[in-house]
Amino acid sequence: MILFNSFRTADPLEYHKSFLKENCRPDGRELDEFRTTTLNIGPISTAEGSALVKIGNTAVMCGIKAELTVPPSDTPNKGYIVPNVDMPPLCTSKVRSGPPEEQAQAASQFIADVIESSEIIRKEDLCIQKEKLCWVLYCDIMCLDYDGNLLDTCIVALLAALKNTQLPKVTINKDTDVPEVDLLQKSPININKHPIGSSFAVFDNTIIIVDPTGDEESLATAVMTLVTDEEGRLCALHKPGGTALSGEKLQHCIGRAATRHREIMKLVDKIIESMKK
Amino acid sequence: MDVNEHEVSPATREFGCEQNLLSRPDGSATFIQGNTNVLAGVYGPAEVKVSKEIYDRATLEVLIQPKIGLPGVRERAREQCVRETCEAALLSSLHPRSSLSLILQEVHDDGSLLACCLNAACMALMDAGLPMSCLFCGITCVISTEGQIITDPTLQQEKESRAQMTFAIDSIEKRVMMSSTKGSISVQELQEAIALSQRASERIFQFYRDSVHRRYSKIQ
Repeated sequence: MILFNSFRTADPLEYHKSFLKENCRPDGRELDEFRTTTLNIGPISTAEGSALVKIGNTAVMCGIKAELTVPPSDTPNKGYIVPNVDMPPLCTSKVRSGPPEEQAQAASQFIADVIESSEIIRKEDLCIQKEKLCWVLYCDIMCLDYDGNLLDTCIVALLAALKNTQLPKVTINKDTDVPEVDLLQKSPININKHPIGSSFAVFDNTIIIVDPTGDEESLATAVMTLVTDEEGRLCALHKPGGTALSGEKLQHCIGRAATRHREIMKLVDKIIESMKK
Repeated sequence: MDVNEHEVSPATREFGCEQNLLSRPDGSATFIQGNTNVLAGVYGPAEVKVSKEIYDRATLEVLIQPKIGLPGVRERAREQCVRETCEAALLSSLHPRSSLSLILQEVHDDGSLLACCLNAACMALMDAGLPMSCLFCGITCVISTEGQIITDPTLQQEKESRAQMTFAIDSIEKRVMMSSTKGSISVQELQEAIALSQRASERIFQFYRDSVHRRYSKIQ
């Protein structure tokens, strides 16, 4: 066992490859097996909506804060959503304190693109009165523990938190023109689409594994994230460089992403169902 | 310059390129696609900061400067795409414990900016004489509201589209190295777009070859 552990430290790439050769992975998973996904919806009572998602060791918390504001002048009948992904130094030793690292900024941009592409919420639904009043949803996503596959975890956390979000009823008093918020009458927001991500890592241009851990991510030659919705359309094919991928391999990944979508939707629905009881 | 007709080879705008136009960087290039223009400079291999040193390969740093204002989150995401594509193409293990920096300056954006950044980066790396395992090119496709796929779109065409995809294609097997998409796409549309980009990439690689040939034939 000691020999085995020192092998892992001395030559991590060879260590991983020796497992992949036998079609399994160091943590005992199959190549196309995700880690256990756990979901806790609504842990933060002070936020409008929240969720804590864990995929293996990776833990991500998402909180939704809603504020009233004036709609942007170029889209007077739409509200807006502001996502932000934060990777504090707490989550991994790779992050130092200071301004956010490239990975966190790229993740923020990716989540914003997914929200835009998938139309997870119709932005018209967030408008209360044209040119006067709309909601702005601040989606703060914080990584608590980083062990690979940040993007998938963030998307599940965002979706679960949005499904949990309750907005109070707002009416505009016609005489005084002042909005009145009725905190007793809260209603959920309408989720238009359900995007779910699946991440893949490529080893040696040939071996594809799903849901890479932190170690696997850093050793792989390329990583890729596919986001699909319930109709099987792609909302994102995000592959920031790395080694090239052939058409058949991509097709295989798209198939796996569709199964993953069904698995996660079942999990989310089950948790929401159990909360109602 | 409109690219609306269906042709055998997918339509692209006019390309232009000049290498070695700056004196200070070790390699530089400007790449023009229609009215989109990006200037690239490469410094290195040079000394690396100890905190960024990698023991078995060179550290590549990519900076993208927008035309107006300071680089933001969008530029960071683009930098990540360009950096990881270059890392895959460069044989960085030949320069361990050293630093390479690639600076991309947006001169004008008229659509397909990320693709133009990739093309300028590849030409600048070539000019710097850095060893690479393959060349790469960037190509943007948009799907218009009528469902037509347009390669190398202008800014106007990008705004009117319902989905946008940018791919980096390698020169050896014409496979997808990098992909960044926006908007919802069906699987069939994606495959069509990839096939179209692969065909368009041949034209870009031919342009690379022609412009390098032109440059070196002048020297003799």
